[in-house]
Amino acid sequence: MVAENTTQPISLTLRVWRQAGPNEPGAFVEYRSANLNPAMSFLEMLDVVNDELTIKGEEPIAFAHDCREGICGTCSCTINGKPHGPGTGIATCQLYVRSFRDGDVVTVEPFRARAFPVIKDLITDRSAFDKIQAAGGFITARTGSAPDANATPVPKPDADLAMDAASCISCGACVAACKNASAMLFVAAKVSHLGLLPQGQAERDRRVLAMVRTMDELGFGNCTNYYECSAACPKLISHDFIARMNRDYLKAMFRSSLSPESASGAGGGA
Amino acid sequence: MAKLESKVPSGPLADKWRKHKSEIKLVNPANKRKYEVIVVGAGLAGSSAASSLADLGYRVKCFVFHDSPRRAHSIAAQGGINAAKNYQNDGDSVYRLFYDTIKGGDYRSREANVHRLAEVSVNIIDQCVAQGVPFAREYGGLLANRSFGGAQVSRTFYARGQTGQQLLLGAYSALMRTVGAGTVQLFPQSEMLDLVIVDGQAKGIIVRNLVTGEIQRHAADSVVLATGGYGNVFNLSTYARGSNATAIWRAYKRGACFANPCYTQIHPTCIPVSGDYQSKLTLMSESLRNDGRIWVPKQAADRLKNPNEIPEDQRDYYLERMYPAFGNLCPRDIASRAAKRVCDEGRGVGTSGLGVYLDFSDAISRLGEAGVRERYGNLFDIYHEITAENAYQVPMRIFPAVHYTMGGLWVDYNLMSNVPGLFVLGEANFSDHGANRLGASALMQGLADGYFVIPYTIGDYLATQRPGSRPSVEGAAFGEAEANVTAITRRLLENRGREPVSHFHKRLGKILWEFCGMARNRAGLEQALQQIPALREEFWQNVRVPGSADSLNQSLEQAGRVADFLELGELLCLDALTREESCGGHFREEHQHPDGECKRDDEAFMHAAAWEYQGAGQKPLRNVEPLAYEFVKPSTRSYK
Ligand SMILES: Cc1cc2nc3c(=O)[nH]c(=O)nc-3n(C[C@H](O)[C@H](O)[C@H](O)COP(=O)(O)OP(=O)(O)OC[C@H]3O[C@@H](n4cnc5c(N)ncnc54)[C@H](O)[C@@H]3O)c2cc1C
Ligand code: SF4
Ligand code: FES
Repeated sequence: MVAENTTQPISLTLRVWRQAGPNEPGAFVEYRSANLNPAMSFLEMLDVVNDELTIKGEEPIAFAHDCREGICGTCSCTINGKPHGPGTGIATCQLYVRSFRDGDVVTVEPFRARAFPVIKDLITDRSAFDKIQAAGGFITARTGSAPDANATPVPKPDADLAMDAASCISCGACVAACKNASAMLFVAAKVSHLGLLPQGQAERDRRVLAMVRTMDELGFGNCTNYYECSAACPKLISHDFIARMNRDYLKAMFRSSLSPESASGAGGGA
Repeated sequence: MAKLESKVPSGPLADKWRKHKSEIKLVNPANKRKYEVIVVGAGLAGSSAASSLADLGYRVKCFVFHDSPRRAHSIAAQGGINAAKNYQNDGDSVYRLFYDTIKGGDYRSREANVHRLAEVSVNIIDQCVAQGVPFAREYGGLLANRSFGGAQVSRTFYARGQTGQQLLLGAYSALMRTVGAGTVQLFPQSEMLDLVIVDGQAKGIIVRNLVTGEIQRHAADSVVLATGGYGNVFNLSTYARGSNATAIWRAYKRGACFANPCYTQIHPTCIPVSGDYQSKLTLMSESLRNDGRIWVPKQAADRLKNPNEIPEDQRDYYLERMYPAFGNLCPRDIASRAAKRVCDEGRGVGTSGLGVYLDFSDAISRLGEAGVRERYGNLFDIYHEITAENAYQVPMRIFPAVHYTMGGLWVDYNLMSNVPGLFVLGEANFSDHGANRLGASALMQGLADGYFVIPYTIGDYLATQRPGSRPSVEGAAFGEAEANVTAITRRLLENRGREPVSHFHKRLGKILWEFCGMARNRAGLEQALQQIPALREEFWQNVRVPGSADSLNQSLEQAGRVADFLELGELLCLDALTREESCGGHFREEHQHPDGECKRDDEAFMHAAAWEYQGAGQKPLRNVEPLAYEFVKPSTRSYK
């Protein structure tokens, strides 16, 4: 995958999706990018292309980025058909030019999904994720009301598994990778993180019902077990969490059918 | 001249906060919903403040330039968060955390604020655990700790290498709960571009919707800024690319004092620059210094040799040599300056000559490769990803990089600036870290400010404001501020220059790094004070900002931020020039002890310098808040 210590500059041809706005038609435009240092990151290459475009008097390519170290979840390009590009367990910003060979043609598109409309060029609107979180992705704990942190021991395996789930960076690659554009891996990661902890039990049923319902309302597809999601995930979140969420969901449905109270009022919090 | 009243309560240090809380004015619960508070920023400080204020009953509007509050720069913190829980029974206490923080800051912070920070640190951990933050645990299920940043006790809580993300997800989940409940109104992709002052008080902001370009006016009874640090003034730093100073800078231009801008922190262990295209510098966690040994060749001639072929007696483990007691674990400012010194001597490694080795071969012989992998595997992976080098076989190359800014808007004990109604939290204020911040204490401060300080202190101000007296956005002050924003935007877009914004940002960064970086001197600072205004002028003549104002335009966003950095950079140098002493991260070569350590001048400079804007082209006014040390006796920091 990664060629070690290549130092010869290389040239690439980029086919980049350009779209002026949400309701404008988009198309691929080709740019030749020459004399690239293999040690530069993929996004730094786009910076250089953009500076050249600016100098030529053209509009630079809009692309989302911020931390540039794989944790904020902002960067979101589909590269050669794969969300976040070649490589395993990395976000777009952690991809380096040395992953490509001199002369390669590289196709760069936004994350594509019905629930993530394009805003401009490579930038999409992922606010649907925030809406799912607002529906139930929390433990209600008003500031100042918490007991001592060591009052409730959490078995280490549970805490570790919760941490595995919590490492999701909300990038949306799982949605873009899924042919149904399902958000199941993202939602499962959130539901499992909180549901694995003792603190998360009080709202466990209500949380999973509300988050799944909101996910469905926002136009994400269903999960039909292709598991492309985990393969594209920069944090390698396991699809086992989807099975865990499905179990939680069924239990919660069952319990809510017995007591209508616990399922109603979801979406907001007290 | 601004009035700088610290409002530190009287009485014994340990009682001040408790006493203040019981004496401070309260807002009648039935009236709380009649007050509207604007919170700008939703990093640790902003999101904790917004949700806590909403839970108290205030109506909150929260603005972020990010597309989701979960993406704030706080997300990137790796190492951990301090708290004086003393869960390890190793003698930690509120006083010890207070003392370490004051000393680490080289006696340039306010005693009462730092003590309060140490006091509420314990509540932060409780709050975070209740929200489901998955901190590391021991087999018995209780919380684990580690020692961090050279502390002699284990008081740092952590969540793998993602402490910042996990704490922010906790605060973000609380924020989204209040958004879902309708008590916080969230405005993502909305950048504050001006502060509106009505009758001398902060009563609103002007915002640009970054997607549609629409300029909006928002009024409130009080404005809270939690917009993070300004380290990107140096261009290259460990900050996220989008981090910027615009909110605090434009508040400064509306009268809020900017305190100690020259106090910047340079972190010793980052991956060195590899080329001119470089956009950011990646931090390698400080924890690596627990087991890695730092060295350069004794002879400059060896600097490009294969390090594994340089014999032991030809290596200079300079930190161990210079600081035998603390060795590789000495504080950040000291380790960074030492690295600069050996590179200045021509002994820096790597093609640029700006690097030192961080070597794990001893640790590997002691713990085995598997042992090292277990402790630091993910960091070695990151290093490999970026450099394509295998640090199990060749030593890492590291170099210092800009990492944090201790300076920021001046605030009193209530975290209110000198502009009534304007509060400033988190890295954006100047309050708690003096001239140098210790590891794992920024996360602590952000959450302390947001969860446990502002919910009390904002009431003290709001109780003086008549409910319903919020001004209308139709007022003259709003009109004038909006016109100011529109004029800046138009000027940028209509400029017919030739160079992209990045060109100027890079040049500014180089000037600051060279003359106002790890070591500063009068001649250099004076030169920078010539070069920066000239660069600024060139920017306004020659910058090219493509696109339009009425849609998403990243060039325009960047241009506005860099225009502000070009002004702030000058203030940074002016502050550094005026502070004729060395303290913490501010090292003036003229003021050092014979062994090269910081030489403070407590007689002349035991104060915060709070700069007050006097209009374009005018020299700002330097106000001073004396720092009275009532409870600890300032001494010379020694880590030998
Ligand atoms: C790589 C790295 C690692 C670190 N590790 C540690 C660590 O281990 N321990 C520790 O204690 N500290 C650490 N720090 C420092 C710490 O992370 C930060 O100081 C802290 O998180 C800052 O939080 P904040 O809430 O003040 O600001 P930020 O998290 O920077 O949030 C700023 C917010 O303001 C918004 N904003 C800014 N300007 C505007 C505007 N004009 N209009 C609208 N919104 C705006 C942004 O959208 C964002 O929401 C680290 C820092 C870095 C760079
Ligand atoms: S589950 Fe993985 S791919 Fe999906 S949003 Fe989270 S980090 Fe991204
Ligand atoms: S830019 Fe933050 S994850 Fe890529």
